[in-house]
Amino acid sequence: MSPHNTPIADTESDLELTERIIAPDGTRVPNPQLDPFVKDVDFQTLRDLHRDMVVLRRIDAEGVALQRQGQLGLWAPCNGQEAAQIGTGRALQRRDFVFPSYRETGVMYSRGAQPGDYVRMWRGEEGAAYDPADLGIAPLQIIIGAQTLHAVGYALGIQHDGADEVAVTYFGDGATSQGDVNEAMVFAASYRAPVVFVCQNNHWAISEPVGLQSQFPLAGRAPGFGIPSLRVDGNDVLACMAAMRWALEHARSGKGPAYLEAVTYRMGPHTTADDPKRYRSDAELEQWRRRDPIARLEAHLRAAGELPAEHLDAVQAQADEMAREMRAACLGLVTRPAMAVFDRVYAEPHSGLERERDEYAAYLATFEEA
Amino acid sequence: MTTMTLGKALNAGLRRAMKDDDRVVLLGEDIGTLGGVFRITDGLLDEFGAKRVIDTPLAESGIVGTAVGLAFRGYRPVVEIQFDGFIYPAFDQIVSQVAKLHYRTQGKVRMPITIRVPWAGGIGAAEHHSESPEAYFVHTAGLRVIAVSDPQDAYRCLRQAIACDDPVLFFEPKRLYHHKGEVDLDAPLADAPPMGLAKVVRAGTDATLITYGAMVRTALDAAAAAEDEGISLEVIDLRSLSPVDYETVTASVRRTGRVVVAHEASREAGVAAEVIASITEFCFEYLESAPVRVTGHDIPYPPAKLEKFHLPDLDRILDAVDRVLDRPSSISGMKGANL
Repeated sequence: MSPHNTPIADTESDLELTERIIAPDGTRVPNPQLDPFVKDVDFQTLRDLHRDMVVLRRIDAEGVALQRQGQLGLWAPCNGQEAAQIGTGRALQRRDFVFPSYRETGVMYSRGAQPGDYVRMWRGEEGAAYDPADLGIAPLQIIIGAQTLHAVGYALGIQHDGADEVAVTYFGDGATSQGDVNEAMVFAASYRAPVVFVCQNNHWAISEPVGLQSQFPLAGRAPGFGIPSLRVDGNDVLACMAAMRWALEHARSGKGPAYLEAVTYRMGPHTTADDPKRYRSDAELEQWRRRDPIARLEAHLRAAGELPAEHLDAVQAQADEMAREMRAACLGLVTRPAMAVFDRVYAEPHSGLERERDEYAAYLATFEEA
Repeated sequence: MTTMTLGKALNAGLRRAMKDDDRVVLLGEDIGTLGGVFRITDGLLDEFGAKRVIDTPLAESGIVGTAVGLAFRGYRPVVEIQFDGFIYPAFDQIVSQVAKLHYRTQGKVRMPITIRVPWAGGIGAAEHHSESPEAYFVHTAGLRVIAVSDPQDAYRCLRQAIACDDPVLFFEPKRLYHHKGEVDLDAPLADAPPMGLAKVVRAGTDATLITYGAMVRTALDAAAAAEDEGISLEVIDLRSLSPVDYETVTASVRRTGRVVVAHEASREAGVAAEVIASITEFCFEYLESAPVRVTGHDIPYPPAKLEKFHLPDLDRILDAVDRVLDRPSSISGMKGANL
């Protein structure tokens, strides 16, 4: 047996071991653990979550399209992970602060990102696309797992301030192998920091299956650090919201960190530069297509007679409008002038860099005189 | 004025910075109850409490990454890396996060983090306890790098580093922790010279000897010995390695025309190489001879009994002085300086 072919990497058995509220066929299943956290969720709220996921999928498709058309340098698709991101993101309070990885388009959306915020970094215009203080979300993080420590430090600050806030960090299954993620869990547990770890296990770290990262369910690691965890069906938006509410309540009430593993699937490539056909099968993809998070919620709403055509039409119109605005924002971006590369390396004057800047300015000036 | 050791001056500097700004928090291994393995944080836990003097788990990346998160929330973390050789696990957080976040966010996120590093050799320590990693950080845009050599500067520069809105790597020469000097504890920071300035610690006319950290003491000893031979050396303590104060450096070189740069760190692509390259660009026409580096060898830091063969000492510095003064030296008779 190859070391990759373990029960952990076996996607079929995987999902049966997760907490869920809405089954893949759309039927509601009782979940005594999670149900209390979503008692207030009515059909309108479910329709709102549905709208969020549809709009997010459209944002994601537009990102891919813009990259294919040469308008973005790169895009990291989150297609398939809508429930994990919207469900957890919509459970947050405005005052909470998120430290994301680079694939958290849906979390950005749930925090109120504007159309241009999705493209500014991937087009290569800015190092960070938005003001973290405005959205309550740190810049996207490309170094795998580095942001988890930042969340713990921020949570220490919350604790120090006596504030009623939670720091939240998102990372993938690949990141769980990083030292930083493990150190973050050690620090969080030691200080009982108000931080929630959200691991989106999308089964693939580029070409490496989750079984290469772990021979044990990822959520199962957390208790070893002294952190309670839940392994939730990441394609069940209601379960993700409920689990996140549990985790946030746990952290907010002074009980220390909590950990979620949202078991989901990356339907697209790692990024637009990746070709997943080289490492995974059509059969696996098809299996997960049948667990699509949007189709699941639609089935649930339709069975209840709560998915009117007007809703679907309005959602589609909103998604198309978002894509249009995103494209317009992307094409409207203006590249900063040459001398801007020197801006804000430091907060205070640095004589060495000032000298370099002056030299480059003088060099550029020779072209103007010519 | 109070006479105190460099270590006590750093302790006083931390205490003062914590009193001046309650957003200043300390993080590190053994810095609380123990007061740090070098006692630089001695008494601060009792005075400021465990929320501000935080003993951390033994993970350097974790310490620095946590400091980043605290800075996101408006704190001014001061990190102690227990020994120079333990900073490498934190290298990614320092280079990829601490140094870049201000630039990435175009100033929306500031990283006023001070990373204190008990630093360099000469104390007969175990492996990984005598490293001179400063060049890695000088090479990293977004960081400032300070290396102190006397108690007054230690007290002042540490407070300035903590008050600075940029991240600062703050190198403390372990060998000089017990070196004593006069410290004015009440001098207002506002009247102090800026953190990035070099200092002429001994005036001279025949050659300029540039160094930093514990080597400043060695250089001053060398200058005293040279005086006995009728040679007048000007000694400059760089104090700041990023940025380097080239106004002070070139003003001296323009007068002496001859340059030796000394440091404990190994030679290849080191600070001395950068300083000499810059001097050559800025005031080549004033140079009377080729500048010379006196550095640690390009070897892993050797076992303690052998470190005296690695660290530049008074005689190696004077030999380099002889070279730049075109006097008989170790390379006399060689052609093209060893090539």
